[in-house]
Amino acid sequence: MSPRTCAPLLAAILLLAGPAQAQLTIEIIGGGAIQIPIAVLPFAGESALPQSITEIVEQDLSRSGRFRAIFVGGVSPPPTESAQVNFPEWKSRLADALVIGQAQRLPDGKLEVRFRLLDVLKQSQIGGIAFTLTAAQTRLTAHKIADFIYEKLTGERGVFSTRIAYVVKQGPRFELRVADADGQNAQSILISSEPIMSLSWAPDGARMAYVSFQNKKPILFVQNLTASKQPSPVANYRGSNSAPAWSPDGKQLAAVLTKDGSSQIYLMNADGTNLRRITFSDAIDTEPFFTPDGQSIYFTSDRGGSPQIYRMPAGGGEPVRVTFEGDYNVSPRVSPDGKILAYISRISGRFQLMAMDLESKQVQTLTDGPRDESPSFAPSGRIILYATDNDNRGVLAAVSSDGRFKQRLGIQAADVREPSWGPFLGN
Amino acid sequence: MKKALFPALTLALLYGCASTPVEPESKPAEPSVQTPGLPVAPPLAARPVQPQGDALKDPNSGLTKRSVFYEYDKYDIKDEYRPVLQAHGKYLAENRGKKMLIQGNCDERGSREYNIALGQRRAEGVKRMLLLMGATNTQVESVSLGEEKPRCLDHNEACWWQNRRSDMLYGGEY
Repeated sequence: MSPRTCAPLLAAILLLAGPAQAQLTIEIIGGGAIQIPIAVLPFAGESALPQSITEIVEQDLSRSGRFRAIFVGGVSPPPTESAQVNFPEWKSRLADALVIGQAQRLPDGKLEVRFRLLDVLKQSQIGGIAFTLTAAQTRLTAHKIADFIYEKLTGERGVFSTRIAYVVKQGPRFELRVADADGQNAQSILISSEPIMSLSWAPDGARMAYVSFQNKKPILFVQNLTASKQPSPVANYRGSNSAPAWSPDGKQLAAVLTKDGSSQIYLMNADGTNLRRITFSDAIDTEPFFTPDGQSIYFTSDRGGSPQIYRMPAGGGEPVRVTFEGDYNVSPRVSPDGKILAYISRISGRFQLMAMDLESKQVQTLTDGPRDESPSFAPSGRIILYATDNDNRGVLAAVSSDGRFKQRLGIQAADVREPSWGPFLGN
Repeated sequence: MKKALFPALTLALLYGCASTPVEPESKPAEPSVQTPGLPVAPPLAARPVQPQGDALKDPNSGLTKRSVFYEYDKYDIKDEYRPVLQAHGKYLAENRGKKMLIQGNCDERGSREYNIALGQRRAEGVKRMLLLMGATNTQVESVSLGEEKPRCLDHNEACWWQNRRSDMLYGGEY
């Protein structure tokens, strides 16, 4: 009976680290209320870099919905030091903030990029950094500059230098990709002729849990993203193995197995050892998700007759029901600060993204569907990435957690689905 | 297998025509071993319908029907599928060496992971019924494909009903 004997394991799988074929393109749908006007001047000498740093910085800031790029033409040569800046001119151009900088090649062949963020009204420097980098790190450096500016001017941490993972389906081909948060620089991690789903990025950013059907049924894998080694399954029990979720310390996985009958939640070490069951119902218990403090697990269960969201102690214990409105509330995800519960609710046949304030229990409808699913918080908690469709084609979309700002990320002629936003990484 | 089946059916039909009218027509199609108490058929006619591999492909056996379909969001097995499940349960009971994989499927609406669980429950329901009919736990594995392997790709009920399905596959078929 074991399918292992019938299909060669991993037969249809290729592990790659090459650039993916088609890039995600971003379309901004709605704007935020307050946008900071900022002028990002071309950096002197940046033509020596493979990409224009200032273009990437300006796009990052604009796409965030928190900034409005000011026209920077007609300034030649662009200033590289505060003393060279004509502040009254930028004030008359209505810029609140100004970014200047320069790039140069160092004697050892490496590159140096330095920039300054200036307050136009106060005519003073807010901050600045000098980076030493290789040409291949140009894009990452631009994202880090955008992160710095974003944090200085909004007070919140930027996510431009973080990465996202998603699945692309093109015809019979499934591909797990990792890309920059702006959808660019996509890398192929895994290609399969069978479905890949339920991506879950480990807190260390170096491992990815996912479900693969390569063996004709759902089996759970953990892939080391830095090693091009074929992973071995961490859960391949009789029945189905799915819905992986990492504990915040990255040491444990919660997952759903059916080896004992119905879909139940189990905990295991990251390598699949030390398996123990933590829910005990005859109902469906699935989609576990740890709270950021690691103390509780939110999950979906139909123990009350319809799928609803529950919370239970992470080590096991009595679940408490969390959602009560409607007859289909699924896919719970807790924000990194532990304050918001994002989930999918079916309302009059439409699957919509909801956000519950866990303190006040107030619920806000963030999207209008009709087929929104698989939400994933940015590590800042400010943006939620989710899967939706556009003209019956799967695309990713992002919405700010206050529902004000929306954008769509898609690839021509392919379905994009199952997003997972990676963690903040150390510098 | 097909080559062997054709003469077997032909012989069976010839035998059916030649025999007395009280002999039920479906009898030669029965995959089972001879039942005590029934008249023993002439060896020449009976032997070719005996090979057990044929039963799974014999349209009269009930075993060629391999799918159970469901209502939206539901997993209960409608009465119309009981004869089919009875045939498979009996077949598994009489062929202990045979193994089966039951794949539960869902339409595309709703959470992918919840649909894995719903598909699992559909497949598990079929498995439990087969166990009641005589199959053993080691013979049958129930798994879910959720909404990931749709048979029909359009986004409407004409497709969705086909995708809300459990499929029964015997060893060698998956």
